[in-house]
Amino acid sequence: MINIFTRRSAMALAASALLTAGAALPAAASDWAPNKPIEMVIMAGQGGGADRLARLFQSIIQKEKLATMPVLPVNKGGGSGAEALRYLKDNGGDDHKIMATLNSYYTTPLRTDIGVDIEEFTPIARMALDTFVLWVNADSDIQTLDDWVAAVKASGGTWKMGGTGTGQEDSLVTAMLENEFDIEITYVPFKGGGDVAKNLVGGHIDSTVNNPSEQMGFYNAGKARPIAAFTPERLEAFPDVPTARELGHDIVYWMQRSFVGPKDMPAEAVAYYTELFRALSQTEEWQTYTKEKALMADFLSGDELQAYFLEEREKHAEILNMMGESS
Amino acid sequence: MQAADRLIALSIIGMSLYFMSDAVALPIGWNGETGGPGGGAFPFWLSLIMALAAGGVLVRSFLQDRTQQAFFDHVTLRSVIAVTVAVAVTIALMPYAGSYIAIPLFMFWYLKIYGRHGWVLTGILTLSTPVFLFFFFEVTLKILLPKGWTEPLFIPLYATFF
Amino acid sequence: MDVLALLADGFATSLSPLNLMIVILGVTAGLFIGAMPGLGSVNGVAIVLPLTFIVPPSSAIILLCAIYYGAMYGGAISSVLLGIPGSSTAVATTFDGRPMAQQGKAGLALIAAAMASFIGGTISVVLFTVFAVPLADLALAFGPAEEFALVLLAFTTFVGLGGDDVLKTLIMICLGLVLSTVGLDLISGQPRLIFFDEPGFYSGISFLVLAIGVYGVGEVLYTIETQRKSPSVTPAKLTFKELWLGMKAINRLWKTMSLGSFLGFFVGMLPAAGATPAALMAYGMAKTTSKSPETFGKGNIEGVAAPETANNAASTGSLLPMLTLGIPGSPTTALLLGGMVMWGLVPGPMLFIEQPDFVWGLISSLYTANFAAVAINLALIPLFVWALRMPFTVLCALVLVLCLVGGYAPSQKLHDVWLILGFGVAGYLLRKADYPLAPLVLALVLGPLMEKSFRQTLISEQGNVMAFFERPLSASFMAIALLFFLLPLLKVLRKNISKDKVAPAE
Repeated sequence: MINIFTRRSAMALAASALLTAGAALPAAASDWAPNKPIEMVIMAGQGGGADRLARLFQSIIQKEKLATMPVLPVNKGGGSGAEALRYLKDNGGDDHKIMATLNSYYTTPLRTDIGVDIEEFTPIARMALDTFVLWVNADSDIQTLDDWVAAVKASGGTWKMGGTGTGQEDSLVTAMLENEFDIEITYVPFKGGGDVAKNLVGGHIDSTVNNPSEQMGFYNAGKARPIAAFTPERLEAFPDVPTARELGHDIVYWMQRSFVGPKDMPAEAVAYYTELFRALSQTEEWQTYTKEKALMADFLSGDELQAYFLEEREKHAEILNMMGESS
Repeated sequence: MQAADRLIALSIIGMSLYFMSDAVALPIGWNGETGGPGGGAFPFWLSLIMALAAGGVLVRSFLQDRTQQAFFDHVTLRSVIAVTVAVAVTIALMPYAGSYIAIPLFMFWYLKIYGRHGWVLTGILTLSTPVFLFFFFEVTLKILLPKGWTEPLFIPLYATFF
Repeated sequence: MDVLALLADGFATSLSPLNLMIVILGVTAGLFIGAMPGLGSVNGVAIVLPLTFIVPPSSAIILLCAIYYGAMYGGAISSVLLGIPGSSTAVATTFDGRPMAQQGKAGLALIAAAMASFIGGTISVVLFTVFAVPLADLALAFGPAEEFALVLLAFTTFVGLGGDDVLKTLIMICLGLVLSTVGLDLISGQPRLIFFDEPGFYSGISFLVLAIGVYGVGEVLYTIETQRKSPSVTPAKLTFKELWLGMKAINRLWKTMSLGSFLGFFVGMLPAAGATPAALMAYGMAKTTSKSPETFGKGNIEGVAAPETANNAASTGSLLPMLTLGIPGSPTTALLLGGMVMWGLVPGPMLFIEQPDFVWGLISSLYTANFAAVAINLALIPLFVWALRMPFTVLCALVLVLCLVGGYAPSQKLHDVWLILGFGVAGYLLRKADYPLAPLVLALVLGPLMEKSFRQTLISEQGNVMAFFERPLSASFMAIALLFFLLPLLKVLRKNISKDKVAPAE
């Protein structure tokens, strides 16, 4: 009884509060707007590439005053994002929670049974696709992809490729390389892209497939050399670096940076967030950032985004299968 | 004292065995192919060492002379349990009644009933703590505390302070 | 000299009225955030990061550094007053800081901590100014093998401190290491030890949860008991005489503090190592080189000064790989790095060449932040000490509430708050049964780094265990580690030998 009473009175209070909050906002009355801070769940730990990007979004939103309520980033990176996925699943219908995703959005539910089906979540917006490039230390003799393959073959399986945790993007690209060239690579997992970059320059590993943003500093200092890009077309930032496809090896891989909401997020809220991120994607800060970091700003939302997610999940299931067979 | 020592050693052994049973889900041996120990190796072998060391403590307690000192006296045990239970109730309340009800309730219990302080001190602290928490954690640091059913009450506050 | 001219330019920016005000504001905010158990520099920096768009980038980075420094100073306050280390870097400060507070010397301990932090900070900033660029190469030479050797060294300095029951210490170290493996296994990418299939365990068990549990809740439960028998905390008084005595006492600690500063700076500079091993190693060094090692852990002022110089020096040191290599050594520096990227600055080898204004403005602001931090900290010590004079039941109630909220804040999971209560009760029982708790907490901090670097090395070297001894840097660390490990053994042997010599004479 007491339960019901408090809930009911709480609802009444909520309604009146909504009215007062609504009146204070400039937006039209029919429009949905957040009435409390928006929680931005990040599928990765503090300080990594995904985290930095999410915090960049938060800063731009705040600076350009794109939202009336603050956006609060919360890191739930445990278990390669399993924690974040379970959290989103447990908060179905919540209209003040969004999640910043990366490719572990597909791979984590595929690799371990955590009882999450990403099809249930509400797609909001895809902000960008991050690219992958094959890097070696600038001191090495390797100049082309063929040199690299020859060097790996000559090493007899002791070639050290550094990357992020097993089962994450870098290891998938490595598996694709192994498969394409029929070579054997020793994969050494590190905690993050920055760590990988440092170990390459320090000579502790032989090559990496880092995102350009993670290796850029060393590239500018002339300490790392890009060999090939895993994109359909050459990257603006590295006009002289051929793509693997150009060289006759069809390896293309992206890291998506998108936002999703929990299951059954109300349609008005979805529309609000989609518009928010569309506005964000048109800001000057974001456009400069993507250019500098060799990111492909490719905005996508709604059903198209969902179709993209499902297609990508299929692709990742295939790659993971292939990895399982080879090891 | 000795009984408690043995009991703790025994529960450490039990815990180690539980850890070991969980750790075997991943390979615990030396993986020749990738080089180095498997994912379960660290937790498994360290738990084993822990179990053996706890076994050592257990055996030792039988070899030593008996000490007569009691591990707990009744008064202590009662207050320790009271405080522990109060904290547990507070945490259990947080997701439902919200931190802003659970924490003042706990303060009131601790200061007035457990600590037998006066009404003035109890009142001041019980009421000022949630205000401090709100302004320090939520407004300044933007860390939202669980609110449960009290969430709607905060919406006008959000509109004012954020 | 070139460096001096650049630094002078830097000071011109950092000493402008706006920037001075920002420093004072940032340091004060950082101090309070750092003094709160559960919150640390990372929270402070994360909150201010988006705000920094309002001010010019140079002022923004000054604000961030001021908060960073303030929080580093603040960490010692909760270690000394409440016995709860506010961050893993302040664990070693509790070893002697807490006993000092219990003896009524909280004021002295806080003064020592503040002055030591100041000296550590200043010496390391000077080192930073002079050696930043050449030292970047040393950081690069650190691969997984070296990391492992360094963590092992930090471990042995600590084990070498000894003194407690060997079996029980071993149990606590193993327990800490096992708890550190909970969550995701990075190498295989598989989850492990997810107890009861609770999703909360996916992210592992964080240091803060364990520390707030055993040192916060556990300590309150323990004090409830001892308080009934005899009061354990002597109320502290802070008089000018004591302040004077404090300054004089600090004057005798130059050896410890300079050792701590150098050690802290060099260890902190290595990415992945950071301030925690640095503080521990400094504590271990201070104890081994001391004339009266038996007073450590019982309220020796040197035991407060050594880790505090080292952790502040290390926090300066950890800025080095971030600026010169673009590699953050800690979550806080990762956020600072993110901030710089947002302002269009690219940290990395080119930063010193392309953006000298920014770099030297930052370095000079480290000097001013350090001065501001020590001044504000010293001024506030009477307030902190006064807080200790609260009636015991009031203090305990506030500490418990802070533990609950502080435990919830970093991850925003009630799961962690439950764990805190569990660890608190377990820690209380273990402590009553004479199990040492510090090894447990430290094993949890160092464990992940140790396992990861160990396995990375073996994978790279195709399972060759000798790899650790074949590389010059890691081999020398291993040798020092072995020495530290054998040191207590040697001492025992020497004692026995001298006893044997005495025996026939009798």
